[in-house]
Parts: sequence; structure tokens; C-alpha cells
Amino acid sequence: MTAYILRRLLATIPVMVVVALFVFLLLHLTPGDPAAVIAGDDASPAEIEGIRRKLGLDRPIWEQFGLYIGNLVRGDLGTSIFSNMPVTTLVRQRLEPSLVLAVAALVVAVAFAIPMGVVAAWKAHSSIDRVVMGFSVLGFAVPVFLVGYLLIYVFAIQLRWLPVQGYRPLSQGLDGTLRSIALPALALGMAYMALIARITRASMLEVLSEDYIRTAHAKGVATPSVLLRHALKNAAVPIVTVIGIGFALLISGVVITETVFNIPGLGRLTVDAILKRDYPIIQGLIILFAGAKVLVNLAVDISYTFFDPRIRQ
Amino acid sequence: MATTTIDVPPATTRRSSDALSWAWRNKTIIGGTLILLALLGVAILAPWLAGDPLQFEPINRLKRPSEEFWFGTDQFGRDVYSRVVYGTRISLIVGFSVAVLATAIGLVLGVLCGYYRSVDAIVMRIMDGMMAIPAILLAIALITLMKASLVIVIVAISIPEIPRVVRLVRSVVLSVRARPYIEAAIASGTRNGRIMVRHILPNTVAPLVVQATYVCASAILTEAGLSFLGAGTPPEIPSWGNVINLGRTFFQIAPWIVFFPGILLAITVLAINLVGDGLRDTLDPRIARRM
Repeated sequence: MTAYILRRLLATIPVMVVVALFVFLLLHLTPGDPAAVIAGDDASPAEIEGIRRKLGLDRPIWEQFGLYIGNLVRGDLGTSIFSNMPVTTLVRQRLEPSLVLAVAALVVAVAFAIPMGVVAAWKAHSSIDRVVMGFSVLGFAVPVFLVGYLLIYVFAIQLRWLPVQGYRPLSQGLDGTLRSIALPALALGMAYMALIARITRASMLEVLSEDYIRTAHAKGVATPSVLLRHALKNAAVPIVTVIGIGFALLISGVVITETVFNIPGLGRLTVDAILKRDYPIIQGLIILFAGAKVLVNLAVDISYTFFDPRIRQ
Repeated sequence: MATTTIDVPPATTRRSSDALSWAWRNKTIIGGTLILLALLGVAILAPWLAGDPLQFEPINRLKRPSEEFWFGTDQFGRDVYSRVVYGTRISLIVGFSVAVLATAIGLVLGVLCGYYRSVDAIVMRIMDGMMAIPAILLAIALITLMKASLVIVIVAISIPEIPRVVRLVRSVVLSVRARPYIEAAIASGTRNGRIMVRHILPNTVAPLVVQATYVCASAILTEAGLSFLGAGTPPEIPSWGNVINLGRTFFQIAPWIVFFPGILLAITVLAINLVGDGLRDTLDPRIARRM
């Protein structure tokens, strides 16, 4: 067990090294002069030179690389070109809303999708199944900003149940946070929900045709218990895998959802960085998001041992 | 098997009912294809279907949808319908170009990875790293470093799509390589290049076509997302994402600017996914049973 976790943990290192290398090379192999592009069309040569110095592009490439890796290892994600603030500070200021949003979307998606998938598989080819399948096809196609604006239109503008936009921090009370995050979490979680519902149904269908399910029914186990204890647990590995894969979807969606709902999180940081072409911020965010994704995958790998003890060896 | 031969209908009716049942079983492919053909028609015929998408008419700012302006107007008095019609072009161009570019590069890398161990070790490590980076951020990083243009957007969206194609092709190649007929080809002295092109490549076509449809749908969504964030297609080009981006500020008083391009976007992606799902079910019954 420990050996398995340790092996998985070690496997994350080369992935993160490649991510760091990739981001570094992106700046250096991009055709044209990144410093001139970042400075904008009406920048003076002195300004371009200043940005080149800030990006470290004036030094030999090996020296830059050593400096960059050294900083990364010490947890330094670089410095913003325009505000001169460390990227880690900027990230820390904006982390809470994004984290709350991502966790809420994950909870909403899983809480709705798994029951939907289980019922659809149990009542396969019924009208309930068709509705769930229809939702999973539609939900995966509708872009997050359309879902977001539809939700705002119906629940905030027409019905006035929830605030239109903005975010209330946890320090001002959980109630306000939940109200401000409800619609964004639903919008962000929609595609994810569709994906999980679909794989839950598929995985459950496969397990429900197994002999031990028939045996369980035959010996008089109640249906809910058959579905949840016998079937769902054995159908869990593909479901957990998709939850892990779909997390990437969630991360990309966070940036767009925060823009729709005007939430001052990492997405806003990204959009501000795009407008100013503040590359160090984007570079830092890539490493951060990639790290988050790698950790989620690690958690998924470890969770396999809970559902399928054979993996422990 | 024997029981199915009991009541065989006359040959002619069987042929027509076969066609009908094929159409019924593949109604998602047919439905999706019809929608896509309609969108293609709109994209090609845009100059005849709509007025000038760039024309400013300050008197007609933020007009509701009406007979004169079917989809209303934006804050500069531009006709949203015209902009959405022209936006179809951008989305289809991006979706198609990215699908072709990403599958072509992914195919070459995937075949090489599946065939040469040394290439595999290096390229797959790089692909693992790239897959850890959220697609939209990778595209944003590329776009920040280069001057905005449609070509840059297409390239930036293609790069994060490549790893999934490589993985798919590689897995097909690895499973095909183990088959006896490849061994026979090697034993009879066939050159590596010929084995790859003649014996391995044809096996990748079916899964690759299915994957290409998903890449296309995902590229269209990413382009719209990037433009929505202001990091995509240059703002003077009317793409759906750009239209939605401009409508953002006025959403509470003029929701139509956001809704019409958004709905078109959803329909397009839905149609492509339907074709993809249908093709997957037809080309690979093994997966179909599982999904």
C-alpha cells in the first residue's frame, strides 16, 4: 500500500518537470520577440528593453533556466511585470473564491450525477433513462457561459432569488458565500455532471449484468442495497477515473465562470494578465493549475486501492 | 443464428428496410450531419443571408429583437444576426482546421511512439506533461506571447489537443503490432516505413475519425471561450465568442447579444458530438456497448 502510494507520488515528479520545462521553452521558442509583443504596439525601445530585462531574456538561456528552476523549487513562481508583485502573493489573494467555486461545483456535479447515472442504469431504456441520457448529451455540448447567463437570467434577474454577480468571502458568513456561489457552481458543474452521469450509467450497466448481482437479488437483498453496496462499489473505478479526468474541465471552466459571474478569483487574475500580456502571471498559474491536476490524479490513483484491493499489490 | 432465417422477407423489401433500419440506428449521425450542412450553408452564403456585420448604426443601439433586427443590436448598433451569421464561418474554420492539424500531428507522433521504443519514452513524457496543463491556459500562454490572429488562435488551440490523439493512435499501434501479420511482414523483410503506412495506418483510421469529431467540438468551444475572455480571435472579427464578450457588459438590459450566439454555439457543438457518438457506435461496436 505505502509502496504503491510512494510509486504514484514519484511518478508525478517527471510530469511536473516537463510542465516547468514546457512553460520555460514556450517563452524562448516562440517566434518573434515576446518582449515587443508584451510591451504593445506603441512602446518605446527603452520600454521593450525593460520588459526584456524583467523576463530575464537578456541573459544567456542556461543562466535563465537555472534561475527559473531554482526559484520554482523554492516555491517562487516569478514576479508580475506590471505590478512587480510576486505571483504567489497575487495567487494567495485570489485563491479563496476559486477554491470555493471549484469544490462547490465538484460537490454539486457528483451529488446529482451519480444518482442520475445509477437510476438510469437501473431503469435502462425507460423514459427516465432517456431523460438522463438526453441531459448528458446536451449538458456536455452547452458552453459554460451560456449555462451561466441562462441561470443568471432566470434565477437572478427574473425570479430574483439569488444575487446576479459577485462573491461574498467566507469571512462574512457561510450563508452569503453559498448564495453567491450557488449559480456559478451549478453553471461550472453542468458539463462535469453530464460526463459523470454518462460514465456512471455505462459502468453500472456493465456491473448489473454480472452473476453476483443476480445472486444478490435472488437471495432477497433489497434493491437499494444491491444497487449501492454490490453494484456501485464495483462500478466505481471508471467513475472515479472520469471524476479525475473531468477535473481539468473544471479548471478551464473556472476562468470562464468567474468572468461570467464577476468573481474576483484566479480567473479574474488570468483575464487581467491576458489584457496586460503579463506572461509571468500566466506562467505561474499554469504551473499551479497543472500541480492541482496532478494532485487530483494522485488522489484518484490512491482511491483505486479503496475500491479495488487488487491494485494495492 | 438458425432462428433468424425463419421468416426472411423478399429481397427487395429487405434492402429498403435495411436502409431504413440503418438510418434509424444512425439517426444521430444523420441528424447531426443535417444540422452541420445547414451551418455550412449559412457560413458559405453569409454575404447573401445577412447585412454588414461591422456596420455601426449609433441610432439603433441595443434594440430588442424585432422584424428589422431578428437578433437585436449591440451597443454600437450593429446587427447581432449579421454578426452571428458571419461568426459561423469562424467557428467552422477553427473547428475544422484544429481537427485536421491536431489529428495529423498526433497521428505521426502516435505511430512513431507505437513503433519505436526510444521515441516513445521521450514523446510520451512530454505528452503527459502537456496533458497536465489545462487546454485553455496553454492556449492563453501562446496567445499572450504572439500577435493576435486567427492562425495563431488555431495553432494555440491545436497544441493542447495533440496529446490525446497521440495516446489514442499509440494504443492502436501497440495492439496492432502484436498481431501475427505484422510479424509476418517483418519476417518477410518489409521495410519499417512500408509496414507503418500499409499495415498499421489503416487500423488507426476509424478511431481517429471519431476522435477528430471530438477535437473539432472541443476546439470550437475553446475558441469561443478564448474570445469570450478577450484572448482569442482579434476583436474586429465577428466570432461568436467576441459577440458574447461584448454583450457581457450589457447583459442585464440586452441579454439577446449573449443568448443568440450562445445558442448557435451549443447547437453546433451538439451536432458535432451527435455525429461523433454515432460514428463511434457504428465503427466500434465494442465501445458502443459500454457507453
